[in-house]
Amino acid sequence: MSEAIDYKVIGTRPIRPDGVDKVTGRAQFGADLNLPNMLYGRVLRSPHAHARLTRVDVSKALEMEGVYAAISRADFPENPSDLGKNIMARDKVLYHGHAVAAVAAKSLICAEAALALIETSYEVLSPVLSLDEAMADDATLLDDECFTKNLPETPDKPSNIAAVMTLSRGDVEEGFEQADVIVEGDYNIPMAHQGYIEPHACIANINESGQGSVWTCTQGHFEFRALTAKVLGMNVADLKFIASEIGGGFGGKTTIYLEPLAVLLSQQARRPVKMMMTREEVFRASGPAAGTHCKIKVGARNDGTITAAKAWLAYEAGAFAGAPMGPGAMAVFAPYDLENFHVEAFDVLVNKPKVAAYRAPGAPQSMHAMESALDELARKLDMDPLDLRMKNAASEGTQAPYGPKFPAIGLKECLEAAKVHPNYTSPVPEGAGRGVAVGFWFNVGMQSSAEVHINENGTVTIIEGNPDIGGSRASMCLMAAETLGVPYEQIRAVVGDTESTGFSNVTGGSRTTFATGMAVIQACEDIIGQCKSRAAATWGVDEDQVEWEDGQAIPSPGVNADVKPLTLADIAGNAAKTGGPLLGRASLNAQGAGASFSVNMTDLKVDRETGKVDVLSFTAIQDAGTAIHPAYVEGQMQGGAAQGLGWALNEEYIYDKDGVLENAGFLDYRIPVASDLPMIDTQIIEVPNPRHPYGVRGVGETPIVAPLAAAANAIRDATGVRINDLPLSPPNILAQLDNA
Amino acid sequence: MGAFAYVAPSSVAEALAVLDEHASLGKRAQVLAGGTDVLVQMRTVDTQPRTLVDIKGVAETNRVDIGATETFIGAAIPSAVLNDNAELKALFPGVIESADLIGSTQIQGRASIGGNLCNSSPAGDTIPALIASSGVCVIAARGGNREVPVEDFVSGVGTNVLEPNEFLIGIKFPNPAPGTADAYLRFIPRTEMDIAVVGAGVSVTIDENGTCTAARVAIGAVAPTVLLVTRASDALVGTQLDDTALEAAGVACTEAASPISDKRGTVEYRRKVVAVLCRRATAIARDRAKLRVRTKVR
Ligand SMILES: Cc1cc2nc3c(=O)[nH]c(=O)nc-3n(C[C@H](O)[C@H](O)[C@H](O)COP(=O)(O)OP(=O)(O)OC[C@H]3O[C@@H](n4cnc5c(N)ncnc54)[C@H](O)[C@@H]3O)c2cc1C
Repeated sequence: MSEAIDYKVIGTRPIRPDGVDKVTGRAQFGADLNLPNMLYGRVLRSPHAHARLTRVDVSKALEMEGVYAAISRADFPENPSDLGKNIMARDKVLYHGHAVAAVAAKSLICAEAALALIETSYEVLSPVLSLDEAMADDATLLDDECFTKNLPETPDKPSNIAAVMTLSRGDVEEGFEQADVIVEGDYNIPMAHQGYIEPHACIANINESGQGSVWTCTQGHFEFRALTAKVLGMNVADLKFIASEIGGGFGGKTTIYLEPLAVLLSQQARRPVKMMMTREEVFRASGPAAGTHCKIKVGARNDGTITAAKAWLAYEAGAFAGAPMGPGAMAVFAPYDLENFHVEAFDVLVNKPKVAAYRAPGAPQSMHAMESALDELARKLDMDPLDLRMKNAASEGTQAPYGPKFPAIGLKECLEAAKVHPNYTSPVPEGAGRGVAVGFWFNVGMQSSAEVHINENGTVTIIEGNPDIGGSRASMCLMAAETLGVPYEQIRAVVGDTESTGFSNVTGGSRTTFATGMAVIQACEDIIGQCKSRAAATWGVDEDQVEWEDGQAIPSPGVNADVKPLTLADIAGNAAKTGGPLLGRASLNAQGAGASFSVNMTDLKVDRETGKVDVLSFTAIQDAGTAIHPAYVEGQMQGGAAQGLGWALNEEYIYDKDGVLENAGFLDYRIPVASDLPMIDTQIIEVPNPRHPYGVRGVGETPIVAPLAAAANAIRDATGVRINDLPLSPPNILAQLDNA
Repeated sequence: MGAFAYVAPSSVAEALAVLDEHASLGKRAQVLAGGTDVLVQMRTVDTQPRTLVDIKGVAETNRVDIGATETFIGAAIPSAVLNDNAELKALFPGVIESADLIGSTQIQGRASIGGNLCNSSPAGDTIPALIASSGVCVIAARGGNREVPVEDFVSGVGTNVLEPNEFLIGIKFPNPAPGTADAYLRFIPRTEMDIAVVGAGVSVTIDENGTCTAARVAIGAVAPTVLLVTRASDALVGTQLDDTALEAAGVACTEAASPISDKRGTVEYRRKVVAVLCRRATAIARDRAKLRVRTKVR
């Protein structure tokens, strides 16, 4: 850990400002708002995974008593984007659950009954349900116009491979020749869902001329406004988007599903329209994480130096292009300083819902493959798995596989901490196995805006544009308190709607505390500048003769002014006389988001007769740069561990042969329940990000990356059998143990 | 959620009258106990209108009666209440532990054994335990009560022998003979809030020499209805309930099972695990029985 800076408020753990309303049920989530004369919207969904939609006729539904609007493809602008086609099917339905029509009616029961009156005809096609099928030469095509992108030459025939990507350095073949030991593995992971507790919900209130507002559960209301306007050919300035409180998103609420439908229905019905997905709809028709097939080959010298590494990574995009193969490919070798590597990645269409972001999109799958292969490599080399990683670890100055040189990063610090952690130094419990793995995520910056208002009593109101998913309002208040030098309790942060603050990109990419935090800090500095000039005017000195210290303006050392320091409250109270209210603002496109690395370790026990896994312990160690609110950083680490373990052990999309999802509910889509997990132990490492005023790195995504391989490696350790395919569910484990 | 009417009769006669009236008019009535199955179904798979006949107010369905030779457990008693009954727990640890596995603390505030049995799922957790302990259904019918052994009650997936104008009042059990104890185990991939992939309920009786003199083994979630596996019982009776005997009983369960492959497990998996659970549950029942050879539970 580098030198500790003495912060006053950063690093403390105040209670969250939204806590009371959340635990008392007052907080308003997506489905909680009701408006007078409101209607309920419901969606008719495709019963087929792949079919030509030859007819949709909503006229009978429109005639039904209590029905106020009904829409289908005919109501949408022509030449739709993929997003537009995903929102409402056009000539084809591409997954079971694809929207084909929607109605708005006086009650949910009435709306459901109206759906039954919508007439449709389909010409059923055979569904493409696996990567192998989709990538085969003679595959059934989802899209006849899909010509693989990024090949040296545009291919002469269409395929289901929407795009490819390659990354390489050095000469891998040569590197493998230098290797004393080579390991290879072939790993499959089925689609998984983020499993956020709050289903998608929104309410639109739009007038005849297409103006109005949308209240919605979102990770980014500005981007939802942009996407909705685009799909409907509307003007963003006519639409106000308000973000509700959010019950989880994890990337799944960075894109739209219901909003354009609700807007169009409301506009036709001239009434507010509320739409809520059922849990089943969330599973069938939102955006899960890509299923993958990854092949890895790694070679090393006897001393553990990796001489070459190769990855072949295929990602299921679902119905439309856009699987996270890029980040998956860029992440797969990111923790290591490699001379020779080659990565090939594929974005592949299949008849499943269009995938969306899920924490560190693409990385858990590809890094599960790499970290599993490294575990095998350590075994072959008879080397401690942490030592093997340390031997090859990237550090400041290492050129990342995706291009830039890393500035200060904390991988080695995490590995060092792991090596001496009790979860690593203690004996492995009887009958259990221990696994370790490394995690990584790039993190992003992007655009953020913030305003800081100084109220007349000197208290502070921050307005920013990022829905608060993980406690960011509290973190904004902490950074503002540190910058302004006032107590945390005097500061409130609110998430403004699209008409009350400047544009901000989504709460995603682990960017909010970093980028929006930077905007808040700059807006506070703007306030400090203004306060100094107000103080200078009051005292009759030059502006550069005033300093800001501990929340008050004081004369600079050596300035001979016999004055009393002015606090924020003093200046605010006197603002009318010194130029009016104090309003600070900043907007930026943040650069320099620092990558965050992690090391996870876990002890697992396997019941050899049933294949059931017990998680005995789990430790997450991660570089947070600077932990603004350590409890929320730990919360991110624990949440990511829980989700990663769920993905590793039991979560999977199970399809029947017709492409119907068989487990569209939490009974059979098995996220871990509380009693399935031990207390997740955390250790925050702080290697400050040189590109952020307080050293912040994003922390929200890295935590889900390492648990997949850590669990797989622990099961390998416990049983002596390497199981390559996830989930490590009891039937999978028992079958593999019995085959071994 | 589908439309519904609600009535809450306060006696067996009143409840029967409501059911009878609906049956004769061809109208749908459905008995409601804790509602932890019914309400979920009304919101999802079965939204057709009906009259809910809430039997929780009928005294007999809430009665626990531990007699000299027989014990009666009312059909509508929430499992949380059963779990708190130390005497019942001592008598039928397997039955009570099966009720204690249902759902979660919240669900157990409502979920009843009667509801579990009448829902008639192949995976219902209490059913194998009820069968192992020789439970008998006491059914309210127009001509007076009739009785049906639990193993003959469920007729298929989600169906049972109740007529539309009948309902279950409770289950009665012979009190365990000296040296008798039961146990129930289920397999789920999680630790709670899940549905049995396989279940096994076992009751054994041993004599002073440790020899098994009687046994009943019932297995769940491996066939359309819970199965009483007499060949497993046969494999146990006359033995010391040693590993060989347990192994043989397990094999009998594997052979009796006719599971399906579905999202919860494959045929192969269920066949293997049913043997494991049979062995493990038998061992637990045996160890409990050993403590009771000389002391009658009641
Ligand atoms: C979250 C959750 C978790 C669950 N976990 C489990 C579990 O782990 N194991 C398990 O086995 N089940 C589980 N269940 C299912 C359910 O809780 C149980 O089957 C429970 O025992 C049902 O009891 P109830 O009193 O709520 O029945 P109800 O829902 O009231 O009734 C169930 C059915 O039985 C009928 N019925 C009820 N009582 C009578 C009667 N006296 N006479 C005639 N018919 C009657 C009803 O008409 C209905 O068809 C779970 C359910 C939920 C929602």
